[in-house]
Amino acid sequence: IPSCDYGPYFKIYGLRSLPLSGHVGFDTLPDQLVNKSIKQGFCFNILCIGETGSGKSTLINSLFNTSFDDSMSTHFHPNVRLKAQRYELHESNVRLKLTVVSTVGFGDQINKEDSYQPIVDYIDAQFEAYLQEELKIKRSIFNYHDTRIHVCLYIISPTGHSLKTLDLLTMKSLDSKVNIIPLIGKADSISKTELQQFKRKLISELVSSGIHIYQFPTDDEVVSQINTIMNGHLPFAVVGSTEVVKIGNKMVKARQYPWGVVQVENENHCDFVKLREMLICTNMEDLIEQTHTRHYELYRRCRLQEMGFRDTDSENKPVSLQEAYEAKRRKFYLELQRREEETRQKFVQRVKEKEAVLKEAEQRIQAKFEHLMLMHQEEKQKLEKKRKALEEEIALFNMKKANAELLQTQPMVSTPVSLKRDKDRKK
Amino acid sequence: MEAAAVPQELPPDCGVHELFGYVGIEAVLEQMKVKTMKMGFEFNIMVVGQSGLGKSTMVNTLFKSKVSRKASQPGQEERIPKTVQLQSVTHVIEEKGVKMKLTVTDTPGFGDQINNENCWDPIIKYINEQYERYLREEILITRKRKIPDSRVHGCVYFIPPTGHWLRPLDLEFMRRLSKIVNVVPVIAKADTLTLEEREEFKQRIQRDLKAHAISVYPQEDFDEDPDDRLLNDRIREKIPFAVVGADQEHQVNGKRVLGRKTKWGIIEVENPAHCEFPMLRDLLIRSHLQDLKDITHNVHYESYRVRRLNESNRPALSSNNGLPGRDEDGDESNL
Repeated sequence: IPSCDYGPYFKIYGLRSLPLSGHVGFDTLPDQLVNKSIKQGFCFNILCIGETGSGKSTLINSLFNTSFDDSMSTHFHPNVRLKAQRYELHESNVRLKLTVVSTVGFGDQINKEDSYQPIVDYIDAQFEAYLQEELKIKRSIFNYHDTRIHVCLYIISPTGHSLKTLDLLTMKSLDSKVNIIPLIGKADSISKTELQQFKRKLISELVSSGIHIYQFPTDDEVVSQINTIMNGHLPFAVVGSTEVVKIGNKMVKARQYPWGVVQVENENHCDFVKLREMLICTNMEDLIEQTHTRHYELYRRCRLQEMGFRDTDSENKPVSLQEAYEAKRRKFYLELQRREEETRQKFVQRVKEKEAVLKEAEQRIQAKFEHLMLMHQEEKQKLEKKRKALEEEIALFNMKKANAELLQTQPMVSTPVSLKRDKDRKK
Repeated sequence: MEAAAVPQELPPDCGVHELFGYVGIEAVLEQMKVKTMKMGFEFNIMVVGQSGLGKSTMVNTLFKSKVSRKASQPGQEERIPKTVQLQSVTHVIEEKGVKMKLTVTDTPGFGDQINNENCWDPIIKYINEQYERYLREEILITRKRKIPDSRVHGCVYFIPPTGHWLRPLDLEFMRRLSKIVNVVPVIAKADTLTLEEREEFKQRIQRDLKAHAISVYPQEDFDEDPDDRLLNDRIREKIPFAVVGADQEHQVNGKRVLGRKTKWGIIEVENPAHCEFPMLRDLLIRSHLQDLKDITHNVHYESYRVRRLNESNRPALSSNNGLPGRDEDGDESNL
């Protein structure tokens, strides 16, 4: 929903205010706008940076009065990762699509050089996704699920001394990309006087390092007073707890120690209520707006300049953007063609290889076949020989048989004695 | 779960969560209201119709102030311009802390010539010029915190109360314009029609619109959910509203009312029994103003942008009144 920022019309536009002679009815406009937003729902994305065990998950659970299931993280991650979880919260008629991104393994490594780069990359990736959607020709930006980080809760360890180098480096690399709200985690380990000193030290360090933390807006009369006061309380010293303890006759969120009970929602004990008040009840809308109009615009400007766009010829701007779109389109088609060609080449290559393999197999089979043929021939010859031999034997036998038969028929006519004598003689 | 580099609309991993206690999320609604009240709103409306149909009076009645100067003021020469000229006038009005920058664009000369061919061209050109202006601001590298919005959010088209059917001019105009802007047709000077004649006229107009596939505001395609549809269906049954405009007050039953005094009675503009002006006002201002702006921004402006960015190196506004001619790649334009 496009929003307006003209401020006092009369002065800027030199327009006279027209008096109305009756009730027109456009005073319902803010309600119309709000109704639209209720239908669409709100998106809010929190990035929680803090060392392992600094109380991130407990803090988020306490802030939103619900229990997002989370298990305790180990200290032995080789590098820093980000874990994003999406939730949908309902309160009266407001639907809040909340995304909580926490660091995993921040500050655990022996060598912390690469600690903050994954965080910067993640934030940039969300901006990039939004920018890509915005640059598309056919886009649906009003439907777009905004994943850009609206606020970064940076949890500082309650050492009581000063900021760690890691803190300084991380915050410095993030302050132009996201609204940073520094917090002192596990603040029940610091006494009140130490806390004041600690806060002052932290603020002066932040200022001297040139780190811009988020300032609650003070230009609107309704909230300026409370925001100014709250700005003076930064960084908030927070204590989180999801356990309840009975105090008096109420059950309150608290941490129970042998020496007393730290009540999370007691303003004398810690700044938790202030954080919740500022983050959710008073400035959520401003955080979202600052992210869009300041941080995102800066990112967009840098990216577009990187891509080669210029505003100098403001007359020809749309044309040159069209040229850029044309160029992009051409590049895309070229890329497409290149990919197609590459795929085709790969395919041809594969076919060749397969062919070679098949040919080889064919040759092998051919060789086998020939060998078998040879063997078969040899066998056949052998058998031929044998057959011939057998035939000869049969022929011989037949001849003998014929001779014998002949001999038998011949001496039948002569005397039997002589036959007998012949027979004896034949023997 | 690793953080996704390119997130899409994904359902929540962990479902809808129950809150154990009050958090204060609903305060964001109040924050939003305060912010928008501080910044103010813009609204740009265009009135189109032949001269003498009561356009200026209607606008003045709608906004209860002298927004437009009537063409037929005593002392002014009645001159019908040779071509359609567009005149915009901007005012700031405030009510209960809500500031609105209102721009009314009038179109004297529309439909007044003997030959009215293409008399809609200057209007289409103007509307596209506003889209172009917004587009140029939007694609700058260093762009303004708030882009000034001069796009026409609603175009009220005045139909002469003939009682018969829509004329070819009406059909042509509404057909062309409903594609690029929200068109709200009204029956002008409806005090010349009796209630029965009004009803018949409306039915015929609705049939005509449907037959020519002209989708006027509220368009059926953009109903978001069943509640919307129900509400808008009721409105669609009554389109076009039969309106009467008046800027003089008279005494009726001891009350001062806006109306037209005639020999046979006083036509009360704000009396729903007399005319449908209250419905028009409610639609345009009290209930659907934000919706008009949203549809202009999310639908009409986006389709203009798609057309523009698909053009290849054509000068911004050609002689085709800002409408692209045949694209080289033909299939990419989706009018």
